[in-house]
Amino acid sequence: MTSIEADGDSQSSSILSAEEDRTLQKSPTELDLAIETNGLKKAFGDTQAVDGVNLRIPRGTVYGLLGPNGAGKTTTIRMLATLLRPDAGIATVLGHDIVQDAAEVRATVSLTGQYASVDEDLTGRENLVLVGRLLGFSWRDAKTRADELLTAFGLDDAATRQVRTYSGGMRRRLDIAASLVVTPEVLFLDEPTTGLDPRSRNQVWAIIRTIAAEGTTVLLTTQYLDEADRLADRLAVIDNGHVIAEGTSRELKAAVGASTLHIRLRDPERREEAGAILRDVLGVVVHNGTDRDALSASVPHDQEAAAVLTALADVGIRVAEFSLGQASLDEVFLALTGRPAEDTTEEMSA
Amino acid sequence: MSSETTRPPTVVEEELGGVLSRIERPPRPGPVSASITLGWRALLKIKHVPFQLFDVTAFPLMTTVLFTFLFGGALAGSPREYIQFLLPGILVQAIVFITVYTGVGLNTDIDKGLFDRFQSLPIWQPAPLVGALLGDVLRYSMAAVMVVGLGVVLGFRPEAGLVGVLFALALVLVFAFSLSWIWIVVGLLVDTPESVMTSSFLLLFPLTFVSNIFVDPATMPTWLQTVVRVNPVTHLVDASRGLMHGGVALADVMWVLVASAVLVAVFAPLSLYMYHKER
Ligand SMILES: Nc1ncnc2c1ncn2[C@@H]1O[C@H](COP(=O)(O)OP(=O)(O)OP(=O)(O)O)[C@@H](O)[C@H]1O
Ligand SMILES: [Mg+2]
Repeated sequence: MTSIEADGDSQSSSILSAEEDRTLQKSPTELDLAIETNGLKKAFGDTQAVDGVNLRIPRGTVYGLLGPNGAGKTTTIRMLATLLRPDAGIATVLGHDIVQDAAEVRATVSLTGQYASVDEDLTGRENLVLVGRLLGFSWRDAKTRADELLTAFGLDDAATRQVRTYSGGMRRRLDIAASLVVTPEVLFLDEPTTGLDPRSRNQVWAIIRTIAAEGTTVLLTTQYLDEADRLADRLAVIDNGHVIAEGTSRELKAAVGASTLHIRLRDPERREEAGAILRDVLGVVVHNGTDRDALSASVPHDQEAAAVLTALADVGIRVAEFSLGQASLDEVFLALTGRPAEDTTEEMSA
Repeated sequence: MSSETTRPPTVVEEELGGVLSRIERPPRPGPVSASITLGWRALLKIKHVPFQLFDVTAFPLMTTVLFTFLFGGALAGSPREYIQFLLPGILVQAIVFITVYTGVGLNTDIDKGLFDRFQSLPIWQPAPLVGALLGDVLRYSMAAVMVVGLGVVLGFRPEAGLVGVLFALALVLVFAFSLSWIWIVVGLLVDTPESVMTSSFLLLFPLTFVSNIFVDPATMPTWLQTVVRVNPVTHLVDASRGLMHGGVALADVMWVLVASAVLVAVFAPLSLYMYHKER
């Protein structure tokens, strides 16, 4: 993709050239894009937070931006939601330029920021009425709408309580509800499930699926590979402000190539020994799993997996579980960045 | 913090689908409507956290009581006489100090991500600032009523009556509104609400103490008298005393109005510029 540098002065001309650029690039199947960015850049002082991001997000899909802490996910979303002006590059949301037509963009998108953007001093209901009023509803309609949403999001009982008394899950649901006071055409969700327990996370996932089923394009960021895998139709892996891979999760897994061998040992004490054998037989790096009995390694050719089993049996290491599967997104991440994704997940949950 | 209720999952997907598909987008609200809505939010905050009012008025209320009884006799012959002199000044000090909360509140909203929500809505973009100021002016009025009320209990008897007090209040509010723009700029500039607070005291302590609030400047060294005389707070206090007790000097009122106009002329555009700079 061509990247287009645009600074304040040359904006109009670069938009023209981008216009031409787009028409040239469009293939018939890709015409219906909700979001398109071209060489998007943003720096804070010396930090190049976003460094030439190109995205093409089809309308009506759930699109995942996956990346570790500091990758530039929030900065990208904030630019698309017209909260930050890009240093360079162009982006359109439903055909509206995010700088030139910021007001039109704001009229079609909703943002649920990384940190719950609700007023803690107000009640849940007041928060929703506030947003309703700011969207142009009459007081009466804003109240009706608030009550509908509170019921649908399971917040009826807490409606008249101050948000500061809410649990993390309730707060998140309220925050998402506030983004749905009018159904947006594009919804930005910045790490919607970070810090939530599994049950609340499931609820938020259900909400996101429902929103998508209603035809809203969802752009969500996450550090959880699992989440991206389950929710997103397509995803972009972003690291250090760059998109380092893009595709469906199946495509990404396939791109990493090899299948992955997962082994669980009956005797965890012999993991070291087993690891050495795997290394010898396969000639690849072997990873220890989080459980003490688990090992994994990528297998260049499937038939070599059988050789591993024989080699382990020869020295009397008993295997409890042996499976060969497509690479998980964790492994994709490792292969793409040279870093395991676990690091970031731990840091984040700390 | 209370935890989540123990009921089974509460999000009903079918119902949610219905709620989501139903809604038509209303026309965008006008600037006035958006600002008023955001002012309403400020009111709700006072309702839910009434302590914030007391928080900022506690200091002036305390000084009123202490100074009246501690120094009243020595400075003015009797506490009752001193409070006639002190109260208009204390009112000014109280309201001038409260203006900081404009910046603190704004900075907190930005910090918490609430501003991201407001700014991503299709509203007239300065509405969050204007709305906050509307709410603040209301907050200032309530604090003013508390200070004057306490004064009356302690023996304050304005010679010009209620009308004089109301005029004085109006003038104080005009100045406070104008001064608030400084804190909006500071609130947009610094990183934490605490730094807004700290930096404000650097300005507010000299501004209120190097004035005629507590004592007649006649006893001060000449150089200090000069500083006191150019301080707009001095003129505001003189004007308030004049309005409350009769015999106001038009020059003082003009001084205050001009100072207010200058503050707004400088800091309002500056804050709007800073507000839009990133976008
Ligand atoms: N307002 C800012 N001022 C200075 N630096 C910033 C600012 N916002 C972001 N950065 C820096 O830009 C880089 C990208 O930040 P960003 O918040 O976009 O990352 P992220 O992918 O959202 O990370 P996380 O998962 O931690 O939320 C980081 O190095 C961050 O420190
Ligand atoms: Mg982020």
